Amino acid sequence: MADAKTTSFNLSCPVPRVADDRIVLAHGGGGRLTHQLIEKICIPAFGNPMLEQRHDGAVVPVNGSRLAFTTDSFVVRPLIFPGGNIGDLAINGTVNDLAMCGARPLYLSAGFILEEGLEMETLRTVVMSMQQAAAKANVKLVTGDTKVVDKGKGDGVFINTSGIGVIEANVATEIAPAAVQPGDAVIVSGDLGRHGIAILSVREGLEFESPILTDCANVWPSVQALLNAGIEVHCLRDLTRGGLATTLNEIAFDRNVCVKLEESLIPVDEVVQGACEILGLDPLYVANEGRFAAFVPVDQADAALEEMKKVEVSQGAARVGKVEEGPGRTVVLQSRIGGNRVVDMLSGEQLPRIC
Amino acid sequence: MKFVSEYRDPKAAERLAAAIRQKVTRPWTIMEVCGGQTHTIVKSGLEDLLPKEITLVHGPGCPVCVTPMELIDKAVAIAKRPDAIFCSFGDMLRVPGSTKSLFDVKAESADVRIVYSPLDALKLAKQNPDKQVVFFAVGFETTAPANAMAAWQADHDGIENFSLLVSHVLVPPAMEALLSSSNCVVQGFLAAGHVCTIMGLEEYFPIAEKYEVPIVVTGFEPLDLLEGIYMTLCQLEEGRHNVENQYVRAVRREGNRPAQKSIAEVFEIAPRQWRGLGEIPASGFQLKGRFQKYDANRRFPFSGEPAKESPECISGLILQGIKKPHECAAFAVKCTPENPLGAPMVSSEGACAAYYHYGRRQNHLVQPELSSPTSR
Repeated sequence: MADAKTTSFNLSCPVPRVADDRIVLAHGGGGRLTHQLIEKICIPAFGNPMLEQRHDGAVVPVNGSRLAFTTDSFVVRPLIFPGGNIGDLAINGTVNDLAMCGARPLYLSAGFILEEGLEMETLRTVVMSMQQAAAKANVKLVTGDTKVVDKGKGDGVFINTSGIGVIEANVATEIAPAAVQPGDAVIVSGDLGRHGIAILSVREGLEFESPILTDCANVWPSVQALLNAGIEVHCLRDLTRGGLATTLNEIAFDRNVCVKLEESLIPVDEVVQGACEILGLDPLYVANEGRFAAFVPVDQADAALEEMKKVEVSQGAARVGKVEEGPGRTVVLQSRIGGNRVVDMLSGEQLPRIC
Repeated sequence: MKFVSEYRDPKAAERLAAAIRQKVTRPWTIMEVCGGQTHTIVKSGLEDLLPKEITLVHGPGCPVCVTPMELIDKAVAIAKRPDAIFCSFGDMLRVPGSTKSLFDVKAESADVRIVYSPLDALKLAKQNPDKQVVFFAVGFETTAPANAMAAWQADHDGIENFSLLVSHVLVPPAMEALLSSSNCVVQGFLAAGHVCTIMGLEEYFPIAEKYEVPIVVTGFEPLDLLEGIYMTLCQLEEGRHNVENQYVRAVRREGNRPAQKSIAEVFEIAPRQWRGLGEIPASGFQLKGRFQKYDANRRFPFSGEPAKESPECISGLILQGIKKPHECAAFAVKCTPENPLGAPMVSSEGACAAYYHYGRRQNHLVQPELSSPTSR
């Protein structure tokens, strides 16, 4: 039997070739195509031990201390959405990537790509939000850049932020996917899907009795609480594009383990669940901007939960599953009615169903 | 959540599963007609609760799956026109035509948009009078009233730059086509609840009578399906073949009369090609009378090559319930959701995609592609 990887990219294959000769939107969706892009284009070109960790940021040793370094670009439409805007997102997204390395966020850069014709008032709103989010996260924006492109060549504002953080000396172990092991408990820091549904509700003109606001927030206080309490944190991952399902698949695949979830334990707000039911979406795949998953040894799970619940950003934390040895590279969910299913990585974008 | 959580209650599910286990005495094959039901079955792992005597086969009720390839080619050709805005429900975009999908031409700068309602497409037509706005009117009886309403509204408002590329299919003729096939393996049907919400039950009585097959109109939540299976099983075990309604909270015997009236005003019944099944007489809708001016088929003549299906795709056998997706040699090897050979791998309602995503493989739960495919 031919290897599946070579088959799907075989030029002589009679199958209509979909999505491998051009970039399609799904390459940015965080699912399988995003992975193929990284694995087939980026890793071969830039591969090095730090990049190959495939973590949210790189941890680099500098003169005896450990610095975390990360970058992220933000291209959200609409620029301003319920509960936030692209500015909050650009600060918190990078701050959270640093936090996922166990690093205290310190300094950020910001690069703006502005489209000709953008209203100055919009830019002011965005920059003001960045300033407030940075102050709240106690990080300094220390360098930046602006470029302007022709009308029609951008979508208002694109922002890139990069960040540097420091891993405190009291964090003894490495916090990375490589540290995940069978026996770990999986904790999520709060209810899922708010950000994605908040964005979608504006795009699709949906209105809810109680509006869904983005969950966009700095999660470092929650991580700090875990580290200060001496919890042996194995891995932290933010649950951004592709949601919980994609993150857990990445971990299960990298570590050749099985992540077992229980559907009834996964917190999803009723309004978010309702929106997902209407739109035919699965909240496990919907993006979050202020939620993360923590992998901790099972005997420390209760203590970890207790610490997380003390912090506002993670007061809705819940233990949702555990890591087991096999079947490897698999995420299995026990449904509410007691059946099992594999939670696969998303293929392309989540598409609304016909009926 | 009201109207959802009570239909996913684990204790009630176990009670129904126990009743099914108690009732069953021999093997039975039951087909759920609608793709939405297939989706629930695999997503909730419902087959884990059933005794081994009950085999569920997944029917042709996924509109994405049965839309013929030639029509996808036509949609792609229209979408490529510089003056066109092509609107569709989301999951049609990934369906492969003979060379391209709508997603492919979107990446090549065609103006293809996902909408949630045909009336949104009509609104686009009003906003863009210099463009031809075409809506891909795909679906079963469930989506027909909204599409009829869009044509009616366009006519009422005198909007001329709007048209529908119609591929409407009807459930009862497909059930009859399956039952009259010599290969038919289906002994009982879970009929599609939402279709019956519109059309009512009347069409199903002659089918149950003629083919001596129990038909239970069933909803879409896990408990609906378990109850529908239980009701079908009771009929099979007791040698009855009636039309019964499990989905009483949504379906009335006469259906939705105003919706039926608007369908009848705009559409007429016509033969239709079904991907994987071939042409079935009187199995679809087409625009009639004064609404024919909104027929994209007439407005944009298309002279493409007749489309050829991949010879490796066995979607016809799958849609008839003769084979299960994992019994196809191409499944998860050559045919994946990123690179589908046939339509059932595309829509989340398609049986192949549902099997792929939710790992309902014959032997054990495996994640295809990411793990080694050599076990197949």
